[in-house]
Amino acid sequence: MTRQMTGAKMVVQALKDQGVDTVFGYPGGAVLPIYDEIFQQNEIQHILVRHEQGAVHAAEGYARSTGKPGVALVTSGPGATNAVTGLTDALMDSIPIIVLTGQVPTFMIGSDAFQEADTVGITRPCTKHNWLVKETDRLSATIHEAFHVATHGRPGPVLIDIPKDVQFATGAYSPAHAVETHYAPRTDGDPEAIDALVDLIETATRPVFYTGGGVINSGPEASQLLRELVAETDFPITSTLMGLGAYPASGKNWLGMLGMHGLYEANMAMHDCDLMINIGARFDDRITGRTDAFSPKSKKAHIDIDPSSINKVIHVDVPILGDVATVLKAVLARWKERGSKTADISAWWDEIKEWRKINCLAFTQEGPSIKPQYALERLEALTKDHDRYICTEVGQHQMWAAQYLGFEEPNRWMTSGGLGTMGYGHPASIGVQLAHPDALVINVAGEASWLMNMQEMGTSVQYRLPVKQFILNNERLGMVRQWQELLHGERYSQSWSEALPDFVKLAEAFGAKGIMVSDPADLDDAIQEMINHDGPVLFDCLVEKHENCFPMIPSGKAHNEMLLANAQTQGQITATGAVLV
Amino acid sequence: MSALKIKKGATSHSAYNLRPAFSETIERHTLAVVVGNEPGVLARVIGLFSGRGYNIESLTVAEIDHEGHRSRITIVTTGTPQVIEQIRAQLGRIVSVHEVHDLTVEGPSVERELALLKVKGTGDKRLEAMRMADIFRAKAVDSTLESFVFELTGTPEKIDAFIDLMRPLGLSDIARTGVAALSRG
Repeated sequence: MTRQMTGAKMVVQALKDQGVDTVFGYPGGAVLPIYDEIFQQNEIQHILVRHEQGAVHAAEGYARSTGKPGVALVTSGPGATNAVTGLTDALMDSIPIIVLTGQVPTFMIGSDAFQEADTVGITRPCTKHNWLVKETDRLSATIHEAFHVATHGRPGPVLIDIPKDVQFATGAYSPAHAVETHYAPRTDGDPEAIDALVDLIETATRPVFYTGGGVINSGPEASQLLRELVAETDFPITSTLMGLGAYPASGKNWLGMLGMHGLYEANMAMHDCDLMINIGARFDDRITGRTDAFSPKSKKAHIDIDPSSINKVIHVDVPILGDVATVLKAVLARWKERGSKTADISAWWDEIKEWRKINCLAFTQEGPSIKPQYALERLEALTKDHDRYICTEVGQHQMWAAQYLGFEEPNRWMTSGGLGTMGYGHPASIGVQLAHPDALVINVAGEASWLMNMQEMGTSVQYRLPVKQFILNNERLGMVRQWQELLHGERYSQSWSEALPDFVKLAEAFGAKGIMVSDPADLDDAIQEMINHDGPVLFDCLVEKHENCFPMIPSGKAHNEMLLANAQTQGQITATGAVLV
Repeated sequence: MSALKIKKGATSHSAYNLRPAFSETIERHTLAVVVGNEPGVLARVIGLFSGRGYNIESLTVAEIDHEGHRSRITIVTTGTPQVIEQIRAQLGRIVSVHEVHDLTVEGPSVERELALLKVKGTGDKRLEAMRMADIFRAKAVDSTLESFVFELTGTPEKIDAFIDLMRPLGLSDIARTGVAALSRG
């Protein structure tokens, strides 16, 4: 029994069949038929953003915080090109989103029509897959396939380009169960490789778990299994920026985040270990530092669902291709079957305890201005007992948030890791708040990043989303400034924020609440006021302007060559390191 | 990952100077990629090579199963073993790619290429070109009083050799198809 309907109706029907409850979008000429269908139904909520980039980041925030795919709907031409940054962001961080774009009618494609762009051409390298649908009969099947592709294997963004005549024409609707696909990536690990990993776990004396966003993407079960495996082995565990929350920050085996601005003990453990178990991470350059000096003494195992992640950057001894949850379940099963036991690793823990004594995140709150670290420490203290979700923009504030906020559960931390997209956090926080209406959603931001997508304040106000924009305002592009201090002779080229708006008045102009704080003594009350306010808040926290973010592995250096707070930063980066970003 | 050769003995501290533990020998591999015959699939494959800085020595593509909508792309590429392995994995990741075979690794295979060569000349040179064509079992598929067009099938090396011989004999134009390859047996 096939149902006949217009392409536009098919879009809405297919989204409903896929369980979509929220779509982020912005209308335009080439998607009017779909918007007309959205108008005539109530099951799917459409959130009108203020810029298409915001729609895609909001869909990302929705997806990261729920584990479900996010959906964005934009028009042709500029609507599609504005979505490109969000698509690339989602591709780098493996976030499942479905972006629907309008296109000029099929008979006008290639004629340089008004608002025409080669959307599938432009987005081919920044999507996991994309489709231009030229027949209405193919439309519903393509949408169902798109959800399958976005959420299976390594998740990622997909895009469906739908010409306007395809939206108007009538065709047969295919339900999801009638759609065939050949796309079925392997999810179960090779049993021999799993046994090889168990062998390594049994004999290691200086082991470390190095986990990443793949654990989060694999679903909450993966985090539970990871916790079980850590408890079973008592191995120390560190995580990338993307993997925070998979293992609780309060857990006794937690070393903190690793990498360029990771904790001293985490990076030292990575450097000195004899067994590194990479679970759902990809040896990114923010993690490895200098690759030829990366963890020289260790055997390395790597669990990843994407074959291209294995041996891409770092050669591994035991590659395990599969889904994190499926593989971890198998590892635990073999561990118990074999009655395995770990070697004595107490000497290793003693060493780690010594590194922890360095207390690399220590800072002193003194003087009249608020230290950004102090602001985050207080934010943590006053919000950690709430049902809390944190987003960030990109820069120093992002690294401080990762260092000073604790994440106890997965899907609670939304940040642009791979692409490093300034302007990500504000729209993402809107997506998160929509998915979790009663939760406390905070976007930790820098004033410069936040201004990149500040227009979304209108979205928060329109939908009465009580999102808290927590701006650490140093009137600088802090991370750029830090690098200029380190390797460009303190010539601060274009890295200050001139002519900033009065954020309190700006909030009020949007119809939101603005709070400004500059005195450390007022900080707690101000944060409390922000939490208590039932509505969007723009929190302008004036902080120390020239604070640097430490620890730091200077580019081109190894894990054990970290700079700690108050380090001599001059000449730390050599000419070869300076070319790296 | 670019084609630039790194000087022997050169040291670099760049984080992008990947896989120091890996072999630096540049190898030539032939990959057979079976893809769904859908719009843009070739652009996906080529975009992967250009976007990630891999080399393409030759690339051929044609539909092999009309009803099943499948095409086969044969790519000859060069790189270190790790780069080749990355290319294979990256190709396999493309949603419209059904199969990737590294024919160079997976056992013996046959490779053939077709070339058309236009050779212009008169007198002795013309006779010599004809004699050489005979030896190489090239066919004259077009002839005028001043020119031949030879068709030659063989390995790329054989075609290279024939081209070298034809050059002094008045070679004026070359068209090559690139390699098509199949595993033996």
